[in-house]
Amino acid sequence: MSDHFVRTTHAPAKPAPRIQIGWVRWARENLFSSLLNSLLTVIAVVLLVVMLPPFLDWAFFSAVFSAVDGSACRVDGAGACWAFVEAKFGQFLFGRYPDAEKWRVVLTLILGIAGLAPLLIPNRLPRQWLVAYLLVPFPILAFVLLSGGFFGLEKVETSDWGGLMVTLVVALTGIAASLPLGVLLALGRRSEMPVIRMFCVIFIEFWRGVPLITVLFMSSVMLPLFLPEGMSFDKLLRALIGVALFSSAYMAEVVRGGLAAVPAGQYEAGKALGLTYWQSMNRIVLPQALTTVIPGIVNNFIGLFKDTTLVLVIGLFDLLGIVQSNSTDPTWLSPQTATTGYVFAAFVFWIFCFGMSRYSVFMERRLEAGAQR
Amino acid sequence: MDAQKKTMIEIDHINKWFGDFHVLKDISLSVRESERLVVVGPSGSGKSTLIRCINRLEAHNEGRIVVDGIELTEDLKRIDEVRREVGMVFQQFNLFPHMTVLENCTLAPVWVRKLPQKEADELAMSFLERVRIPEQALKYPGQLSGGQQQRVAIARALCMNPKIMLFDEPTSALDPEMIKEVLDVMVDLADGGMTMICVTHEMGFAKRVADRVIFMDEGEIIEIKPPQEFFESPEHERTKLFLSQILDN
Ligand SMILES: Nc1ncnc2c1ncn2[C@@H]1O[C@H](COP(=O)(O)OP(=O)(O)O)[C@@H](O)[C@H]1O
Ligand SMILES: [Mg+2]
Repeated sequence: MSDHFVRTTHAPAKPAPRIQIGWVRWARENLFSSLLNSLLTVIAVVLLVVMLPPFLDWAFFSAVFSAVDGSACRVDGAGACWAFVEAKFGQFLFGRYPDAEKWRVVLTLILGIAGLAPLLIPNRLPRQWLVAYLLVPFPILAFVLLSGGFFGLEKVETSDWGGLMVTLVVALTGIAASLPLGVLLALGRRSEMPVIRMFCVIFIEFWRGVPLITVLFMSSVMLPLFLPEGMSFDKLLRALIGVALFSSAYMAEVVRGGLAAVPAGQYEAGKALGLTYWQSMNRIVLPQALTTVIPGIVNNFIGLFKDTTLVLVIGLFDLLGIVQSNSTDPTWLSPQTATTGYVFAAFVFWIFCFGMSRYSVFMERRLEAGAQR
Repeated sequence: MDAQKKTMIEIDHINKWFGDFHVLKDISLSVRESERLVVVGPSGSGKSTLIRCINRLEAHNEGRIVVDGIELTEDLKRIDEVRREVGMVFQQFNLFPHMTVLENCTLAPVWVRKLPQKEADELAMSFLERVRIPEQALKYPGQLSGGQQQRVAIARALCMNPKIMLFDEPTSALDPEMIKEVLDVMVDLADGGMTMICVTHEMGFAKRVADRVIFMDEGEIIEIKPPQEFFESPEHERTKLFLSQILDN
């Protein structure tokens, strides 16, 4: 054997070694890689065995899927009372919105999705037009359609709105308002002008310092006291403004983190090329700042979505509120009614939040792949 | 040097402080059209600050700076006018990572010069050819080598058709084997008659293209000489010391 390592022939590239596959190997690596992991695996399996069958039994095998009232659910050993959810489904979605007018809510939803979907799915449509549509004409259209009173549309008071519809109105308004407002506040907080900076700091710290529930109480109880006699404005609208300002303060802090992560050289390159402040921000800084904080932004959206349940305290009935108030309906009274309602509400909230979460993961992957940074 | 050529940059007794730190001390300098200056000096001597004052990335506190007839003041409109005339290349390239090479180059022509996208694309391709990387136009900066990125940065600045180019240590962040490709582009630019101020320690480049070499130390201009004199018979002790240090290694 020679004791030096100089090759005398060209080394051909070999295929990479095949990684062994098979479920035994998988289980060993993922479930039993150490004593602690093995223990955790055993505990998890025991918990599943103990909890899963009763849950399946409750949710499916002993569940009542169709009934005209709660009597079937009152039977001993009856499981989930899905018939209750089925019977109240319309209310859960629309609250007390008149049946004959529900098409307006559906139309609003379609108009919204028509603007939002092309924005969320990667494509070559002009994004600025879609954003402009969602921020100006769409809210006006939605307002006209939902509340009516114009163009021969029957007026529907916001006190009759309810259910998932209210949840979505509050959450989407909050989301749509908080992102642009939050960006402006974050930029203002870094402004070179002391007055603007001060204003933004005070605004952000004020709204971050009070609980949302206080904001909602203030908007519904205190605000009318400060307004001139006879002047009142809609309870839902006040809640919307409160939620929007509250969440924009949080959004501002998330965006600020993103702005700080953009190197100073990027600002300087923009300046050196002669771009104005807003051009640099729109084209160079914000696209980078916002992509780095997508997880934080979506986290805020999810938090906001769940916080909408707090509007119950000022007498607005969001999805959770309407489920709760319906579960005391004497016709459907049974030991399972409330539980079933809550499980249903939880499931709907989970679908939305999980959807947002997965979308954020998808976007991050896509941007990573695109920029290869 | 042609005394007939007009003055492109007039720096008249400027002073600048960072807080209490006097970073530029009574600097005066005038640069004629097509003139090539190389600025050298130890780290922290204020070279970057000086050239960043010329496109107002830094504001001077005293004195006057006039660029192509426009005096730099607080007036934002004039600052924008000057920045349109002056291109800058940074040590860290500062390309926009979320845009392709082509988008990097067309951004300012489209938004500042208001060129139609198609014309801007053509313009950008012609400059990418000039820096010899047209084939990378659709890649992202992160996919290019340092030398390629710096050449894109030069092309990006050239797309604004600047009258003056400022270079702040354009090769200092590059691996040795990439320095030449960037210097070649700069020599090419100098041969084309561009007015240039380059902060660089590439002495070969200074000897080859500079009309004058400026030595700065502690915020002052110590010596200005044509390259041959500068390298062969420096006057000041500090210049000699500096030259012996950089020529040693
Ligand atoms: N923004 C700033 N704030 C405070 N001090 C600075 C700033 N920029 C540069 N300096 C200081 O000014 C001096 C000159 O810096 P610079 O012009 O970058 O030097 P050079 O480019 O010659 O290395 C250095 O001591 C540096 O620390
Ligand atoms: Mg420097």
